[in-house]
Amino acid sequence: MRIGVFICHCGSNIAGTVDCESVVEIASGFPEVVFATDSMYTCSEPGQDGIISAIHEHNLDGVVVASCTPRMHEPTFRRAVERAGLNRYMFEMANIREHVSWIGKDKEHNTRKSADLVLMAVEKLRRNRPLVAKSFETVKRVLVIGGGVAGIQAALDCADGGIDVVMVERDQSIGGKMAKLDKTFPTIDCSSCVLGPKMVDIAQHDKITLHTCAEIESVSGYVGNFSVTIRRRATYVDWTRCTGCGICTEKCPSKRSPDTFNEFMGTTTSINIPFPQAIPKKAAINPDTCMKLQKGKCGICAKVCPVGCIDYEQQDELINVDVGAIVVATGYDLFDWHKYPQYGEGRYPDVITALQYERLLSASGPTGGHIKRPSDGKEPKNVVFIQCVGSRDRSVDRPYCSGFCCMYTAKQAILTKDHIPDSQSFVFYMDIRAPGKGYDEFTRRAMEEYGAQYVRGRVAMIYPKGDRLIVRGADTLAGTQVEVPADLVVLATGVEAAQGAVKLGETLRVVPDQYGFFVESHPKLKPVETNTAGVYLAGACQGPKDIPTSVGQGSAAAAKALGLLSKAQLESDPAVSKVNLSRCVGCQKCISTCPFGAIKAVTDRFGNLKAEVIETVCQGCGICTVTCPQGAIQLEHFTDNQILAEVNALCPPKMYVNFE
Amino acid sequence: MAKIAYYPGCSGQSTSLEYDLSTRAVCRTLGLELVDLEDWSCCGSTPAHTVNHVLSAALSARNLALAEQQGMDMVTTPCPSCLSNLRTAAHKMEDASFREQANALLDTPCTKNVQTQSVLQILSEQVDPETIRAKVVKPLKGLKVACYYGCIMSRPPELMQFDHHENPMAMDKLMELLGAEVVPYPLKVECCGASYGVPRVDIVTKLSGKLLDAGRELEADAFVTACPLCQMNLDMRQGQINSALKENFRIPVFYYTQLLGYALGIDDKELGFKKLCVNPRPVFDKLKEAAQAS
Amino acid sequence: MNIIDLSEGDPGFLAEVEARSEQKLNTCYQCGNCTAGCPYTFAYDIPVSRIMRLIQAGQRETVLNSKSLWLCASCQSCTTRCPNQIDVARVMDVCRHMARENGCVSERTSKLFVDAFLKSVEEHGRAFELGLMAQYTLKSGRFFDNIAVGPPALMRNKLSFKPHSIQGKDQVARIFERFRKGE
Repeated sequence: MRIGVFICHCGSNIAGTVDCESVVEIASGFPEVVFATDSMYTCSEPGQDGIISAIHEHNLDGVVVASCTPRMHEPTFRRAVERAGLNRYMFEMANIREHVSWIGKDKEHNTRKSADLVLMAVEKLRRNRPLVAKSFETVKRVLVIGGGVAGIQAALDCADGGIDVVMVERDQSIGGKMAKLDKTFPTIDCSSCVLGPKMVDIAQHDKITLHTCAEIESVSGYVGNFSVTIRRRATYVDWTRCTGCGICTEKCPSKRSPDTFNEFMGTTTSINIPFPQAIPKKAAINPDTCMKLQKGKCGICAKVCPVGCIDYEQQDELINVDVGAIVVATGYDLFDWHKYPQYGEGRYPDVITALQYERLLSASGPTGGHIKRPSDGKEPKNVVFIQCVGSRDRSVDRPYCSGFCCMYTAKQAILTKDHIPDSQSFVFYMDIRAPGKGYDEFTRRAMEEYGAQYVRGRVAMIYPKGDRLIVRGADTLAGTQVEVPADLVVLATGVEAAQGAVKLGETLRVVPDQYGFFVESHPKLKPVETNTAGVYLAGACQGPKDIPTSVGQGSAAAAKALGLLSKAQLESDPAVSKVNLSRCVGCQKCISTCPFGAIKAVTDRFGNLKAEVIETVCQGCGICTVTCPQGAIQLEHFTDNQILAEVNALCPPKMYVNFE
Repeated sequence: MAKIAYYPGCSGQSTSLEYDLSTRAVCRTLGLELVDLEDWSCCGSTPAHTVNHVLSAALSARNLALAEQQGMDMVTTPCPSCLSNLRTAAHKMEDASFREQANALLDTPCTKNVQTQSVLQILSEQVDPETIRAKVVKPLKGLKVACYYGCIMSRPPELMQFDHHENPMAMDKLMELLGAEVVPYPLKVECCGASYGVPRVDIVTKLSGKLLDAGRELEADAFVTACPLCQMNLDMRQGQINSALKENFRIPVFYYTQLLGYALGIDDKELGFKKLCVNPRPVFDKLKEAAQAS
Repeated sequence: MNIIDLSEGDPGFLAEVEARSEQKLNTCYQCGNCTAGCPYTFAYDIPVSRIMRLIQAGQRETVLNSKSLWLCASCQSCTTRCPNQIDVARVMDVCRHMARENGCVSERTSKLFVDAFLKSVEEHGRAFELGLMAQYTLKSGRFFDNIAVGPPALMRNKLSFKPHSIQGKDQVARIFERFRKGE
């Protein structure tokens, strides 16, 4: 074999603490290395051209690049060697940046370690063999999980791009959090006026199939070929016939259902359509409060329904669908502010969340858009807003900033003044986070034009005095303690991962971070991809996001899904497991350990049980190879012999055992 | 049952005699056996920890060591300040080097971690509420009380491990059990001014005045406390508060053990009502009236 | 007003407070929650959140001479509610220790009360309230401050005229002796 070695300086990133010239010199002496050199930026165009011309000039049949992490540039260099006519698997990478130069300061040690890593790569490369990817067909359909604004955008973009879309929403209607908002910052647009038409588009688009009251039961398969099972909860109403006329909701005598759409500000009927613009505009029964379902008495809705669509016997339904790509847009939930007992833990009815306040401001809300405080229905004069309730607070395990609370608080302060001109808003804040376009100007307007008093400091406690609440906080700029007698206190509760996100992540093989937000593939360059091919993220399920960013991500995820499915066929990674049939004894241990269901049992022509890898399903994790008692199953490109060669390069004496 | 050593604290022998008295009477009636910790000494109180943490721990640890020597599993005290000191000492001495420093000041080292709990915690966690309910002979029907816990009965929560740190309920529940109406007192854990009554009485009159005001606003007939310092500031200094703030508060301030003892039918003499500065007479009149009416 | 040269701060001060209190003061982001909850803010010369900031900035003199240190009652409001889980009350305690060690006493009566209390414990093994009050009154010269509460307490036989001495009072005295020797 004729191997070429390229040592990258990465500017001063590597060369600062590694003597690259020495590494070149040492590497020149490694087995089968016929060429070694260094360059300033190997990933740059001249750097890549250097590799290609060296392959031609020195007739190389294998290349080692010692530079950065393979996560970013292994594909880059594989393409480069392929352009020079080599098989892309005749390439190895040694990470001498993240694993060496960035973590150690001792140049001598770093140089020696770099040389060791290059030797390991060379020894592995000597045992590489050309691999060829297999092609397979894809299903031209996208699953969008979550019907908030991010999911809506992703679904519409995919459908407009000509791909079939299946949307799954847990709630009764799509619209998500945005549907609950009164106005949006920084333009004070009516939220339902801008979102409403998009919701209607979802309902009317001939390429979109919508399942609400539905959740993902299971997912199997792989990029381009996922099989999804959706569980649709019983609504006890036949939606193919329900016209959304609303007569049932008018007549329903059970009015004790928690009003989730209005953020639990009051109750609603057991059979219900959550809000006027709901999509789909269909009624559903809450089985927990329905007297017919609980006690067998009542049945009024069935009697009054003009189309006879009430079905008390309805069961959950499982729907199977095949899709080629999945967009996860499951959004967020609000932090449970009861974790701050100093704010009353719910003992004071006039301490509410900002989303509850949105419902008070909204014309479709419980007060018809008039600000009336919950305790006595009075119009408040002093309204206190408290920011960072469940944000930037380690003591409640929420150290992160929720990103958009500063903005909606400024909006609510402005709207408060619009609704009640003689009111006074006080905003307790720590820092104002307003980096978007027109955002800082907006918060300035709240202060300058609408007279909101911004007080820099946290609030230590709220307690009642008479029919008011005393809010005791700090004004750190004035350097003292302050008190405000408030009629209403609005908490800017922070953003949390949606309930059930971690479980869904397990189903989709998408990793959540420690707070339950899904982890993107690369924080800068792959913001909507995940580490599972074909699964994309949009919106606040990846981290707190405001509406424009969520919409942008919805479009981005759609573009990724469309790009993927625009190819006639996809290539599978050939670095997958392979069974040596002569060694396999059919014990099936590999089948039970494979987390992807990628190994099946087959019978050979002599009637013996054998294992067989489904190449397109195998993710190349290697668990089966360490499970096999016979060494019969090997991971291509990472065979036991290759890994041992790397180990032996580091720690002689060598072990002469052949596992293949 | 675990052997519980009783640590009355210095104030139990002076300014809060009635707390000590009523605590003993109530525990006896409820069948809780308290064995006096022999030859106990001062825990160091706030003054010691404001000077040095090792000194403070050593003063407390002498008592923990005594409990250990006297074969006790737990020390209980009615006083939250003593409790806080004893618990802090025990907690800090979990660290070996700190333990060594504290023990170096002692004649007899403290080697074991003896548990410490307030009498209130034991009464609310180890005595079945039904037992208490069954023993009530003079219910507190018709009485409106504000339960005031003071700042350190349950704070900091990691150390005290008792009740709720913002909205404690132990006394509320106890008083409700006795038939009293408990007002939702909002300043349960606000500080009364603590021991600043001596060096800076202006601080105490302001802070305790605020507490009394909140009780009056809720039309409480009486305050119920569990801390000698709180009780003293609200009761003994009520006159000072009135002259400093130009107020005319006249709200009796009880120890919870006194009202518990009253409801259990314990003789007044054992409950030390005479030791109270603000005359509790109107409370008893009200209770008798209510009893007669029903 | 004092202009602070931040480059002239005493970084050793921050390190000492951190070591003695076992708290990380750099996690304080000045939200003000400690000041917001502190019942004593009205009596302080420097609110507690600013004490925290001044420690970060190494302002040894300003902090150790602050009256606030002597007025903190360790009521734990700050500690209980700090979003960064700093034991603020303990930091105040440690600063007070350092002030005492450095002879900085900005609230004389507070210190005299503490001294009188501990002297009483040292002598008798327990606090002897009438004795310590007499001692405090003598030293502070504040003859009229507590006159209002004396009579009611005496009338109710609450204050004993002689100390409740204990057998082991020498053991307690030796705690103080050893402590002073070690200082």
